[in-house]
Amino acid sequence: MTRSLAADLDGAFPALVQSVGPRLYWGLRRMSGDHQEAEDLTQETFIRAYRALGDFDRARFDELRLVPWLWTIALNLGRNHLRNRSRRPTFVEMADHGVEDQETPDSKAWDKRFTALSANQRTAVILRHAVGMGINEISETTGRPEGTVKADIHRGLSRLKLVMEQEQ
Amino acid sequence: MNIESQLSQLIAGLPEGIAEGVALGTGLVDGYDLYPSPVGEVVVTFNLDGVSSVDLATDGFEQRFSERHGKSLLRAEPPSLWGTHIPDAIEAGTPGKLPIDLSSRTPFQGQILRIAASIPRGEVRPYSWLAREASRPGAARAVGSTMARNPVPLIIPCHRVVRSDGSIGEYSLGGVHNKWDLLTYEGVQPARLVELAGQHVRVQGNASTRIYCHPTCREIRRSKPEHVVDFTSTARARSAGFRPCEHCRPGD
Repeated sequence: MTRSLAADLDGAFPALVQSVGPRLYWGLRRMSGDHQEAEDLTQETFIRAYRALGDFDRARFDELRLVPWLWTIALNLGRNHLRNRSRRPTFVEMADHGVEDQETPDSKAWDKRFTALSANQRTAVILRHAVGMGINEISETTGRPEGTVKADIHRGLSRLKLVMEQEQ
Repeated sequence: MNIESQLSQLIAGLPEGIAEGVALGTGLVDGYDLYPSPVGEVVVTFNLDGVSSVDLATDGFEQRFSERHGKSLLRAEPPSLWGTHIPDAIEAGTPGKLPIDLSSRTPFQGQILRIAASIPRGEVRPYSWLAREASRPGAARAVGSTMARNPVPLIIPCHRVVRSDGSIGEYSLGGVHNKWDLLTYEGVQPARLVELAGQHVRVQGNASTRIYCHPTCREIRRSKPEHVVDFTSTARARSAGFRPCEHCRPGD
């Protein structure tokens, strides 16, 4: 994917949105528990990424680890977004109005379960087990050491198990 | 089912609208919406830099846009910062606060289009005037082709630009009858322009103030009819002791 982006950014970018977009959106959706926020962050992440990639030279494309890099942008935007919730996207796509908020199974239940985790645990568990990233990629994305990430995941999962047992 | 595999099922498809929002936000496509205008419904296209084109809302406008701009279109709301100015700009025939994306034009074309945007409603100027205002007095022909390819007719009012002999000239947005209708709508009498062009009248002077103007300049239109003197050239006006109007700058 990085090779085709380097060769033809405009031509390859829509395919990047299609391939990484679902995991990015649903990861952010589970972290925030909010469709609108996840949608805003997903769009803004790709728009920032597109602008940044336009300035990349060959060497930076070669060393680019696309998924952790996109998630780094998304999580930084998410932190600022919480501070500035009134910010709206510049464009509103008309077809988007009235589209039913999509849900995965037990969506509301998962939102409730995740509130029992700390922000770091929630991010680490979602990136590892929902998005499917490796420990080293999560460490790169969050800027936390691998050992800490592993501990966040371990404690987060234990916490989720406990919450789910209490549901029954 | 263990918790890890339940978590792995939390990913679904990308909700509708997100990919489109990215395409618009990156400028890989332009947005468009439909607006009323004095010549019928028009398509206004836009991106983050401003309004990129105006075309009649007739069959094939998407195809025409993609041939001219090398991009496709998505129906969208314009950026909230300036989108509400679009109807006013169409009605007034001037960009006002509306940003216009002229990045597809050469610097000279951009300069000519900005000069055209300054022509007041109810008045017209010849190609030669725009060339002179741009300090390129020999470029009247280039001005003509810039007007013919104006990407944002109505908003940049190329309908207020006429041939150097004062006749109405061509119009890109649906043909010359639309130019005629627009000028009439704005209070210019196109038949009068044709008549003056037929009489080779280029400027008109006020015998009382000794100032000469373009025939549609508000200064000369305010003059009493018995004071108005026709001239076939600016040189003749000057040799008769008249000086050029500071408002419409008809040249020496």
